[in-house]
Amino acid sequence: MPGKTISEKILSAKSGVDARAGDVVVCRADYALGTDGSTPMALDYFAAMGGERVHGPGRMVFALDHYAPAPSRATAVLHQRMREFAGRHGIPLYDVGEGIGHQLIVESGRALPGGLVVGADSHSVTYGALNCFGTGIGSSDLAAILMSGEIWLRIPESIRVNLTGRLPDGVYPKDAALELARRLGADGATYRAIEFAGDGVAWLDLEDRLVLSNLTVEMGAKAGMFPADERTFAYLEGRASTPFEPVHPDPDASYCREISIALDGLAPLVALPHLVDRVEPVHCAAGTPVQMVYLGTCTGGRVRDFHQARDILKAAGGVAPGVQLVVTPASREVLDALARDGTLAEFIGMGAVIGTPGCGSCCGTCGAIPGDGVNVISTANRNFKGRMGNGSASIYLASPASCAAAAARGAITDPREIGS
Amino acid sequence: MTAPAFEARARVFGDDVNTDYIITSRRKRESLDPQVLRQYLFEELDASFAGSVEPGDVIVAGRNFGCGSAMEVAVTAVLGAGIRAVLARGFSRTYYRNAVNNGLLPLIGDTGRIAEGDHLMVEPGLVRNVSTGESIVTEPLPAIMLDIVGEGGLVAYFRKYGRFQVTGR
Repeated sequence: MPGKTISEKILSAKSGVDARAGDVVVCRADYALGTDGSTPMALDYFAAMGGERVHGPGRMVFALDHYAPAPSRATAVLHQRMREFAGRHGIPLYDVGEGIGHQLIVESGRALPGGLVVGADSHSVTYGALNCFGTGIGSSDLAAILMSGEIWLRIPESIRVNLTGRLPDGVYPKDAALELARRLGADGATYRAIEFAGDGVAWLDLEDRLVLSNLTVEMGAKAGMFPADERTFAYLEGRASTPFEPVHPDPDASYCREISIALDGLAPLVALPHLVDRVEPVHCAAGTPVQMVYLGTCTGGRVRDFHQARDILKAAGGVAPGVQLVVTPASREVLDALARDGTLAEFIGMGAVIGTPGCGSCCGTCGAIPGDGVNVISTANRNFKGRMGNGSASIYLASPASCAAAAARGAITDPREIGS
Repeated sequence: MTAPAFEARARVFGDDVNTDYIITSRRKRESLDPQVLRQYLFEELDASFAGSVEPGDVIVAGRNFGCGSAMEVAVTAVLGAGIRAVLARGFSRTYYRNAVNNGLLPLIGDTGRIAEGDHLMVEPGLVRNVSTGESIVTEPLPAIMLDIVGEGGLVAYFRKYGRFQVTGR
């Protein structure tokens, strides 16, 4: 028998079964996240299943992030319903303004090395940055967890992605993630887990890894996991909710595919409308006018992202006329850090619109909606037609630096032309 | 799975149909009722679809159907329109799971030669294209999914068992 992948090890441990890729196991999740986008339906399923008592309410987390703040009476009522249910059953709830559920799971030390955290939201793969098996589920499976604390999972085959070298100046983790999307395609990792490896990992700090793990679902991946190392432990110092045990793949683990990405050879990239894997070098799209620039989301809404964007904007002399710059921190902790270090004031000084921490404009459910025919460049993860609430807008995805360069020039620009 | 064969009309879509194209995220803000949401089915791809869909239609798609958001309204809105199956070259894992949990049959097979409006006979494991005479073999569901479908979905499964029962393949 060959050795085991990270997925095989974690899901064996969480099911109590010595299992391999292809096996179906019933696992106990360490934590499960429900958002305001998914939980109301889950509560309907829970009631229909005959649910009365929540199994392990302390392992659940509710986050009001998709409608933050509530843009309508109907969504405000959904929030009331979640607050009432959470209060009655003792489920921790992050209310409007606390931030995106995924960011809160990470900040609160619930996503831990060797752990299993599921979320009723596709971007739950983000937790893989911490060597945690994180995966997205629907509302009915969330209801099953409310009922039983358990979920069935088919142990995925794994794709090993070797990252080599170090990102050059002006090139960021988002560019590496877009390169991965270009290489694998939008369904290149469907039903599979991605394991990042290689000497390039050591150069990426925890916030960098979150970007890469977050994007793996755009290739269909079930999980996108990093090894745990000193950077992981440093991040978790003072945050970890429980003791944890990192999981390393065996040297002879079996992978269905291996690819390598030379980080030192990458250039700034952009995903063109309306597909995440329609990726080109930024210079190929240079000159495309943009009217809205969005900095935020569970991909690109952390402190480091805003610092990178701020640096480019300052070097370029601010936001170009005719561009709406929208800044939406991923969490209150991020907003607070930006306020304390002066970054927030700099964005305000440049005329940015500051949004409530949360999902914001990403999926068109709240926040700024682009106008007809508008070109948007965004640090988000999806550029589907209509994604931000207007099907006639076109969405480009890029790094915070590339987005900032576009904001400064009013057109898509290689950020290396500006420098910092 | 013991579901009988049923007749269906093919409604054909392409590759990478994400869940926001099936039903946009903003529509679920105001209602989660499938009978409301069905009015907006596929509105970003084909504004006339919601008006022309009929019970007995099935969705026929290419690769990666249901990619993107894991939102389950992308399944319940389809069911709300009287659609009982989606036949595709491939599904995102969350759509596949959500479909099974709600009793929407997800069938994986070679859909390349099915045309809009083709008359199909659909059963688990086999789709016959009556219009062309071709047959398409579809992939089997894992055993636990067969059990969930056999019970009529995850709600009925949990009402019966209260928790997941199976390990194995």
